[in-house]
Amino acid sequence: MEEHEHEALPPAVPPVSRRDFLFRLGLVLNTVAAAFVGIPVLGYIASSMFKGKAQQAWVALGNLDSFPTGQTRLASYRNPFTTPWDGATADVPCWVRRKPDGDFQVFAINCTHLGCPVRWFPQSGLFMCPCHGGVYYEDGSRASGPPPRGLYQYEFRVRGGHLEVRGGETPNLSEAV
Amino acid sequence: MNRLRALGKWFDDRLALGRLYDHTLGHRIPLSSASAWYVFGSATLLCLIIQLVTGICLALVYVPAPDQAYASIEYLDYVQPLGWYLRALHYWGSNFMVALVTIHLIQVFLFGAYKYPRELTWMVGSGLFLATLGMAFTGQTIRFDQDAYWGVEIIVSILGRLPLVGEYATHLLQGGPIVGSETLSRFFALHVFVIPGLLIGLLVVHIRLVLVLGISEYPEAGKPLDKETYAEDYEATVARSGIRLMPEGGGKDLVFSALILTAIILCAAFIGPKIPNGPADPSLIHTVPRPDFYFLSLFAAFALMPPYLEGFVIVYLMPLAVVLLFAVPFLSRGAERHPSRRPGAVVLVVLVGVSLVTLAYEGVLSPWSPEMDAWSGQPVQPQFVEGRSPLEHVGATLLQAKQCRNCHALDGKGGKRGPDLAGVAMRLTPDQLVRQVLQGGGNMPAYGKHLAPHEVSALVAFLETLHPANAAPARNSAQPSGGVAGQPDKP
Repeated sequence: MEEHEHEALPPAVPPVSRRDFLFRLGLVLNTVAAAFVGIPVLGYIASSMFKGKAQQAWVALGNLDSFPTGQTRLASYRNPFTTPWDGATADVPCWVRRKPDGDFQVFAINCTHLGCPVRWFPQSGLFMCPCHGGVYYEDGSRASGPPPRGLYQYEFRVRGGHLEVRGGETPNLSEAV
Repeated sequence: MNRLRALGKWFDDRLALGRLYDHTLGHRIPLSSASAWYVFGSATLLCLIIQLVTGICLALVYVPAPDQAYASIEYLDYVQPLGWYLRALHYWGSNFMVALVTIHLIQVFLFGAYKYPRELTWMVGSGLFLATLGMAFTGQTIRFDQDAYWGVEIIVSILGRLPLVGEYATHLLQGGPIVGSETLSRFFALHVFVIPGLLIGLLVVHIRLVLVLGISEYPEAGKPLDKETYAEDYEATVARSGIRLMPEGGGKDLVFSALILTAIILCAAFIGPKIPNGPADPSLIHTVPRPDFYFLSLFAAFALMPPYLEGFVIVYLMPLAVVLLFAVPFLSRGAERHPSRRPGAVVLVVLVGVSLVTLAYEGVLSPWSPEMDAWSGQPVQPQFVEGRSPLEHVGATLLQAKQCRNCHALDGKGGKRGPDLAGVAMRLTPDQLVRQVLQGGGNMPAYGKHLAPHEVSALVAFLETLHPANAAPARNSAQPSGGVAGQPDKP
């Protein structure tokens, strides 16, 4: 049969057998199918890259009364965007400093060197990091050790007797909150 | 017996197992390749099999969700029958696998076995080495204890230093802007699907290459490799004195693998699994994160390198190290294979080995970390306060209360970040002590704002007593009066 079909074709056109045609059609169809599967897969995985700022929101840290003037205290907020199975990982800690003049500073817990949790020592007025020995002064500025900069500070505002911070993003050097 | 043989033949006629054997386990290798030095690859394969079997079992119980992951690990350890034992096998299997794949890599490097025609075998093997490290890190992460949580934060911070793509890279790895449920799911998917798939795929290619190219002969000094005649010579050697990989060639592999298996079982049974150190709750900040042993050298390197180098190391040096690993067969093109004719290769292995072991040892001690509890847990020893004046006693109290001891040891007790203060009076004059306390410097924070003048006087008075009885304290030679203890010279 195929022999006859070949013979029937005009000589100028190169002969394409039915098998060739089906093979090529199959390649095209599968490429299209792969794109229909592959592009959504990439989008699904990469969607997390663009959540950033959209996931930030104002969240309450506590009553103003719970932050006495002149002291630095540990507070934590619930990440504004969570899944039901997030558990404790959505409770983000931070250090709240109420300056003697009543103004606030809210520091991220993460050391600016490699992200370990810094600890506050009121007696010496220093934040110390347990990982590589970074030290910061009470105003968050770098005191010594490997950190390249001072502690990250959250944006904050006071609403209805509550201190609120703009949370939802773990700070690091490429995005300092 | 005849009937059994007939049954065997019935299956062989259909499955062609005999032919499969001839081309795989039964293929002929040079006699010199059946060396006791060539046992590390097969032992690594044994570890992989243990990891696959125990890993699948652990996945039957483990829950990859932050609110239950830790509880499911504890359930494995304490409730699930033999759960602790399988966790222990998986943990020790991973330790042995990292160790063996590293030894295998070093042995292949030293014996020049990566040279023609086995360049691709080396590159695929390098991929297997990196995939094994990837398994180790992701496995340590899905334990989801405090070390795991902060380990992820550290990796994320490292990624965050990449220029331009830092933010996207961190979000991609975290599955969002913070470490949470999607992060754990990602590491879980990497650990049980993505990297094992990659590992098995690469392993198939690695073994295929070994079967096609044969196993390299034991290197001989002064017998350089000739690309022109290599294939012919190899075939001639195998034809002349070759033996089958199994059973003749593989006896040493089997014995060594059995020894490794015994070691893993003994470690698992008597030392047990790695006990998780508290749930991954970021608000529990009283934690001192440490990586598992294979990343201690990296951890130490980041503490010890000058801060201005860190960006360079992350962006250029670490990727360059990976590229160099893959490029070894193309950078080392000499014809000699025996290590005695390749002193550079030996020196390189010794240098890298000594550096990594030293860094890991430093990582265990981590003298650069403040000892966070030293100020409240390590009092000034009696010999440093005996017979001191009231003012000096106040100074000793301040030394504790102001957390000085977190960084400064007294006769070895306390933090190692700063110098030991036991003999500080011999090194610094009272003036210098005051300046150092008030202004800091050389890695010490300034205490000017947190010490009243009388406190500085008391502290320096105490520090001035810290010298051996037979050694005089340091004095300012420009001032004949010198410094009187506790009375810093007025400018």
